[in-house]
Amino acid sequence: MEDSALKKTLRNGATTTRRPPPFAVNAKKAALKVRRKGMKLNGAPVSRTQRMTVQEQPEAAAKMSSVSKHKFRMDKELLLKTYDLMVRARLLEERMIKMYKQSEGYFWLGGPGEEAFNVPLGLNVKKGQGLDYDFLHLHYRSNAIALTMGLEPLDFIRQMKNTASDPFSGGRNFCSHISRRSLNIVPITSTIETQYSTAIGSGLAQKRHGGDSITIVNGGDAGTAEGDFASCLIWATRPKKELPMLIIVTNNKWGISTAADTQHGERHVSDRGKAFGMKTMLINGNDVEESYFAIREAMEYIRKERKPVLLEARVSRLYGHSSATGANFVTGEEDCLATFEKQLESSGFLTRAAMNELREKYNQEFMEMSKRVKEEPMPDPSTIYDHTFFGQKGKYW
Amino acid sequence: MANMVQAIRMALHYGEANLGLKDVFGEDVGPPLGGVFTATQGVECAWNSPLDERGIIGAAMGLAFAGDRCVAEIQFCDYIYNTIDLLKLAGNQCWSSNGDWNLPMTLMTPVGSGIRGSIYHSHSFDSTATHIPGWKIVMPSNPLDAYGLMLACLKDANPTMYLKPKALLRVRGEEPIPGEPPLTREGEKQLRDMIDKPVTGDQTNWKPRWPELIDYTVEIGKGKIVRDGDHVTVVSYGRTLPLCAQAADLLREEGISVEVIDLRTLWPYDWAMISESIRKTGRVVFVNEETEVTNFGEHLIRRTTDELFYELEARPKLIAGAFTPGVGLADALEMASVPQLGSIADGIRATAEERA
Repeated sequence: MEDSALKKTLRNGATTTRRPPPFAVNAKKAALKVRRKGMKLNGAPVSRTQRMTVQEQPEAAAKMSSVSKHKFRMDKELLLKTYDLMVRARLLEERMIKMYKQSEGYFWLGGPGEEAFNVPLGLNVKKGQGLDYDFLHLHYRSNAIALTMGLEPLDFIRQMKNTASDPFSGGRNFCSHISRRSLNIVPITSTIETQYSTAIGSGLAQKRHGGDSITIVNGGDAGTAEGDFASCLIWATRPKKELPMLIIVTNNKWGISTAADTQHGERHVSDRGKAFGMKTMLINGNDVEESYFAIREAMEYIRKERKPVLLEARVSRLYGHSSATGANFVTGEEDCLATFEKQLESSGFLTRAAMNELREKYNQEFMEMSKRVKEEPMPDPSTIYDHTFFGQKGKYW
Repeated sequence: MANMVQAIRMALHYGEANLGLKDVFGEDVGPPLGGVFTATQGVECAWNSPLDERGIIGAAMGLAFAGDRCVAEIQFCDYIYNTIDLLKLAGNQCWSSNGDWNLPMTLMTPVGSGIRGSIYHSHSFDSTATHIPGWKIVMPSNPLDAYGLMLACLKDANPTMYLKPKALLRVRGEEPIPGEPPLTREGEKQLRDMIDKPVTGDQTNWKPRWPELIDYTVEIGKGKIVRDGDHVTVVSYGRTLPLCAQAADLLREEGISVEVIDLRTLWPYDWAMISESIRKTGRVVFVNEETEVTNFGEHLIRRTTDELFYELEARPKLIAGAFTPGVGLADALEMASVPQLGSIADGIRATAEERA
């Protein structure tokens, strides 16, 4: 655990403790309290080493990094479930990339590198249809969230192949542009930021409805330059009309080929929430447990207080922006799955052989699916007008 | 004898009382103003939003996703342009999700000239709006249709766009809205006393007293023949419709029989009515005040020539606004920028008299 805690040096030099204090705005106060009392966080006693940051104690950090046995705070069953879902999501992305490279799809983009954040997010969604359940306004790097919520890998592959059987869009949209009304997943668009505007509406409806359901919206750091992000912050924090929204920015520090630090002067995207008096969090989204507990904490707050949280998760982008930039594995960015595997191995929860076996299992499974989908019919050209209006079949006029 | 804003207000109230309308919102839409044209005054579910058009459209979409019906207002259509991608999205969510999702929402915005609104309060939007698939687009030209079309929008399962011709918002109707006081001077005053917020005194606790309103729906996609005629067909909507009717009355005195169609719905429009009329007259003039280049009327002319070319006895004509960057403020500039009674009558006469 200490090893992991001290490795959380974010790429911009910012540091978090193993479990950050509830919210960034209270970070200093909470850290002080922990130091003074040696209090427990999530049931685990906080050691002196844990209380240090890498910046404060670089030598200690180096020493602790050599500790071999990783200690987890999540229970084993949940960890293994999370791992399974992460591998499943990664292998699905890699299968779709292969399909693109084999000309079995026109375009690929997705979220390999975000699994350590997205799987815990999917695990904590209150799933269902209608106002009693969470609404999700996602972007196109969210496959791991949707898979975790129960969507079938075969359907992603169908969309990749743009078959008529693609349940998300009937062969009309890019891969990873999913939609599922029965799970309150509104259609994902290519516009990268409009979901921050549409999320306002379900937030308004849920505020009026009451209960504990929330609106979850995510997007990348580049999209936060668009006005919709500002709209979201403004509407979510109108005085006495705050909205129950988990506003997520998965910050991979890239906008296609443009580095964020060449375009953004703000230190952290999450800092923008502070101007609105809202709760903000900045976490290492490459760490499964940090993501899991931060998401839970944010959701518990939103469900209870009916107020928004802006959560920035630092993540990696492991295959570039999309097939437009080659879709090749990048080096120099942390692979959250590899990190997690090392932790699981060192903890004794899984052997390397078992992990390889799991990867191979999903590799085979998805390869079979991609073969199967090749045999499925493509959309009928006569259907181009269908669903222009609700229930419409054929040309309307 | 309601005017158009009163009709819209009554329709919105009918909607909140009977059709599940939960939110009417936009800039200055709620108390104390009730909209810059007072079209939302007294509506219980009306509220003010931030000055943020993208947020307004996004919020409307999100409410619709969540199943809550709303009417969102963009204060003037001139300010809608920074929401174009959201409008496109609203129009394609059902299509792109292969029918899984639908967005029952209404967007309301005042359009056109007629109030000396200068460059940013005089624009039309019909050509741009009809270029965005997935929306149903209506535009009334009188209070009764304003009421009936709003109820139609509030019942529709799709995104609907309700274009308010601002020049006609204070014009009183000739046909009663079901439930409104009698169409007399006394009835007019009675209605005003009931639902118009007094402009003087402390009105903090003012509440409207709504008439006993009943359901009246103008079916989306259905036009209306407002003047019967045999020599030439005129198709219009919104501000220019009453001018076309006036022109028809003038030309009748010259022996020219003009059939005037109020399109009422721009999309999906009543092609059956248009084509039947053109087959009868062999001549057609399309009239609107949008700028003339890539004008919605040009589409109607294209369809006319495609499908009815051999029925035509004269070239189909478009009378539209000048293709200028804006409508100038000065009287003479505005009048010269958009069709007026004289230019409409001249255009119809020319088509009617053109040799076959």
